[in-house]
Amino acid sequence: MLVGALAGFLGTFYTHHVGLGFLIGMAASGVFSLIMGFITITLKRDQVITGIILNILALGLTSFVYRALFGTSRTPPSIKPLTPLKVPILGDIPYIGTILFHQNLLVYLAFLLVPVSAWILFKTQFGLNLRAVGEHPRAADTLGVPVERMRYIAVILGGIFSGLGGCFLTLAQLNRFTDNITAGRGFIAIAAVIFGKWNPYGVALATLLFGIADGLQLRLQALGTKLPYQFLLMLPYILTIVALVGIVGKSKPPAALAVPYQKDN
Amino acid sequence: MEVWEWGSGDSSTLSHPHTSIPLYPLPYPHTPILPYPHTSPLSYLHTFILLRIDKITKRFPGVLANDQISLEIEAGEVHALLGQNGAGKTTLMNILYGLYQPDSGQIYFKDRKVKISSPRKAIELGIGMVHQHFMLIPDFTVAENILIGFKQRGPFLNLKRVEQAVAELSHRYRLQVDPTARVQHLSVGSRQRVEIIKALYRGAELLILDEPTSVLTPQETHELFQILRTLTAQGKSVIFITHKLNEVMQVCDRATVLRNGRKVGTVKIQQEGPEKEVIKENLARMMIGKEVSLETERTALKKKPVQFGKEVLKVEELEAVNDQNRLVLKKISFSVRAGEILGIAGVAGNGQSELVEVLAGLRKAVGGRVFLNGQEVLNEPPRKLLEGGIAHIPEDRLRMGLVLDLPLPENAILGSFHKAPFSFKIGNALPGPRWLNYTEIRKFTERLIISYDIKTPHPEATMRMLSGGNQQKFIVGRELTRSPKVLLTVQPTMGLDIKATEFVHQKFLEQRENQVAILLISTELDEILALSDRVAVLYEGQIVGLLPADQADREILGRWMSGL
Ligand SMILES: Nc1ncnc2c1ncn2[C@@H]1O[C@H](COP(=O)(O)OP(=O)(O)OP(=O)(O)O)[C@@H](O)[C@H]1O
Ligand SMILES: [Mg+2]
Repeated sequence: MLVGALAGFLGTFYTHHVGLGFLIGMAASGVFSLIMGFITITLKRDQVITGIILNILALGLTSFVYRALFGTSRTPPSIKPLTPLKVPILGDIPYIGTILFHQNLLVYLAFLLVPVSAWILFKTQFGLNLRAVGEHPRAADTLGVPVERMRYIAVILGGIFSGLGGCFLTLAQLNRFTDNITAGRGFIAIAAVIFGKWNPYGVALATLLFGIADGLQLRLQALGTKLPYQFLLMLPYILTIVALVGIVGKSKPPAALAVPYQKDN
Repeated sequence: MEVWEWGSGDSSTLSHPHTSIPLYPLPYPHTPILPYPHTSPLSYLHTFILLRIDKITKRFPGVLANDQISLEIEAGEVHALLGQNGAGKTTLMNILYGLYQPDSGQIYFKDRKVKISSPRKAIELGIGMVHQHFMLIPDFTVAENILIGFKQRGPFLNLKRVEQAVAELSHRYRLQVDPTARVQHLSVGSRQRVEIIKALYRGAELLILDEPTSVLTPQETHELFQILRTLTAQGKSVIFITHKLNEVMQVCDRATVLRNGRKVGTVKIQQEGPEKEVIKENLARMMIGKEVSLETERTALKKKPVQFGKEVLKVEELEAVNDQNRLVLKKISFSVRAGEILGIAGVAGNGQSELVEVLAGLRKAVGGRVFLNGQEVLNEPPRKLLEGGIAHIPEDRLRMGLVLDLPLPENAILGSFHKAPFSFKIGNALPGPRWLNYTEIRKFTERLIISYDIKTPHPEATMRMLSGGNQQKFIVGRELTRSPKVLLTVQPTMGLDIKATEFVHQKFLEQRENQVAILLISTELDEILALSDRVAVLYEGQIVGLLPADQADREILGRWMSGL
C-alpha cells in the first residue's frame, strides 16, 4: 500500500495526470509484491516473516525516497487530486445525494469490485482453480492446475489492488504523501478478510464498519471533545476489533494458507 | 504456450470441452466404436495395446524404485499390479501420471511415443489416476471438485451442466454420487466414486487405481468391482493395485508382479476354473520370491490358549458425539481382559473412529465411564493415558500417526520423547528442560527398521519418502515397542502386503501372550475372526452383538453388521 501510495503520488506529481499516477502506483506495488512472490513461492520461505520484513522495508523505503526527492520542506508538495463525480439525478437528492452519489470514481469502483470479485472467485474456472490451490495444492496439481503460477497471479493481483488502495490515500483523499500514510490500514485489510470469512461481501461489511468508525472519529475531533485526539485515532481500530470479535463467529481460512507447496520430483 | 488464463477462452486447445463428453468410448485409430450397451467380443479389443512402457527406470537417493520395468496394458482389460510394500508400484504409476519423471525408458500411448511431463499432459492423453490417498477438497462440493483445473470453453463455471454430466456418468457407469453434496459429508466409498468420475469426466481411457480397496468395506468393494466391469465393457482399461489376491482373481484379466523395483512377470488370470488356486499360489510366490505356499503361511498363525487376566480396560455406557455434533456412541459398554483380543467388526462410520478417539484421549466423551486398570480415566489427556499403558494405532496414519515432513527418528519417539532413554535431564533433582539424546533415538530407530522390516531409502529419510505400507509398518512397530498394557488398533493392516500382514498378526498374538489387552477394530472380517477371542459388532453407535470367537462366523457377523 505504501509503495503504491508513494509511486502513485510521484507519478501524478511528475506527469500531472492522476490517471497515469494511479497506473504507476498500481504497477509499482505489483512489482513490489513480486518480491514477496519470489521469496515465498519460488524459494518457499515463511510467508509471515517475509510479509513483516517487506512491510518494514516499504516503510523505510518510501520515507527515504520521498525525502531524497523533496527534502523536508515546510510546505509539502501536493497534487491535484481525483475530483468527485456527481451521479446525475441521484446526486441531486438532498442530503443522501451528496453522501452516496457525490464521490470520486474510486469509491464507486470499490463497491463494484465486491460483486465482481465474488463472481470471479465463485463462478469462474479461474476462481475455482485459485481456491483449490489455496485449499489443497497437491490435489490441484494432480488435476493439471499450475500451482506456482496461480499463486504468483494471486500475489501480484493482491499487490496491484493494495497499490490502488494506497493511491486512494495520496491521490484522492489527502493529495500528499506523508510517512507511513497508511497507518496500518493494510493490517486492517487482513483483519477484514479474516473477519469477513474469506468472502468478498463479508470483507466489504467489515471494511465499512472500520470506515464508519473512522468517520465518527474525525467528526468527534472536529467537534472538539475533551478527549485527547490520540484516543480518538485509536477508536476505529478498537471498535472494529470489538465489533467483529463480538459479532462474527469462527472464520475458517483456506487449508493451505501460508503453506509453501513442495512438489516432489 | 499453454492456455491457462481465465477469460482468454482459446477454444482451439481444448481437449475435452465438457459439452462433448463422449457417449461411447473415445474412438481411436484401430478400435471400432462399441455399440452401447455392447455385446461384442472383448477378445477383439484385447488385441489392442493401449499403453506400453519400455524399460522405465526411476532412482531416488538411496533406492532404485523402478528398474527397467516394461509393461503392456491392453484396451478393455483390468490389469493388476502386485508387489510387496515398497516394490515400486506407486512410483511407476506416478510416472505414468506425470508426477515423476523417469530417469530412462519410454512410454507409448496408442502406439505413439509420449513424454508425460505433467499430470495435465496425462489427462490430455486420457490417463486418470485415483491416488492411494484421495485428492479431494472436503470443503468443496462434488461438482466443484470435479471441475478443478478443467479446461473448458470460456471462463464461466457451469455447475448445472456439470451436475447433469455427472448424473449421466453416474448412470452409465453405475457410480452413484450426488454432485451437489459437500465432499466432507461423504463416506469413503462415495469419495472414491467422486475420484473415478473426476477421471472419467476428463475423458480417461486408462484409469489407475492405487490400492482402492484398502479403505473400502466388503460391500463397497463389491460395488467397485461392478463399476470396473462396466468400465472395461465400454472399452476402458484399468490398472488396479492391491495386496489382496482374492480381489485379483475376481476382477482382473492379467496381473503383473513387481519385486524390489523389478518386474517379475505377467500372468493371465482365470477368474473361474480349476487353475485358479494354482495361479494364486504362483502370484504369491512371485511377490515374495521364495518357495512358500499360502497354506503353510496361514497355519503358521497359531493362537495359543492364554489365561486371561483381570479387566484392564472397562467401558461403561459411553456416549460421544462426532464432529457434526451427532450422537454416534450410544451408551456402549464392554471390557477387555489382559491377554484377550476383543475384535470389533462393523461397517466403517458406525462410531468406530470416535470410540477409539475417546479411549485414546483425543475426543471428549459426553457421558459414561472408562476404567484403565481399575482407575477412572474418562476424558483424561492423551499423555496420562499413554503413561497408563495405552498404545494407539490410528485409523488415519497421515493425520494422526505420523508427521510426514519429519525424519524417521523424530517420528519414532512421538509419544515417548519425554522419557529415558530418549531424553535426559542435567541434574536429576533440579527443575529444567529435558535434552534429547539423539544417539539413543537413532539406535532405537534402526532397531525398529530392522525388526519391522521397514524399507526406507535412508534411516534419516523423512516419513514422506516411505511407501504407504512401510509407513503403516512403522506406526505398528512404534506402538508395539511401547510395551503397552492396552493396545487400541484400527485397521492395523491397511495397505500392508501379505507377508507384512501375517507378521503384524503374529506380533499381536505375541502381545496377547504377554497379557496385553487388545481392542482390534477392523472392517476385515477375516482379520477379526483370525485374531479375536471375542467378537462384537458396532452398528449405528451401539454394540448389537457380542460372541466368543469360536461361536462367531461370517454369516452372523454380516447380519449384525447390516443391522438385522
Ligand atoms: N519421494 C521419494 N523419495 C525417496 N524415496 C522414495 C520416494 N517415493 C518412494 N520412494 C521409495 O521408493 C520405493 C518404492 O516406493 P513405492 O511407493 O513405489 O512402493 P509401493 O510398491 O507403492 O509400496 P506400498 O505397497 O507400500 O504402497 C520405496 O522404497 C520408497 O521408500
Ligand atoms: Mg503404494
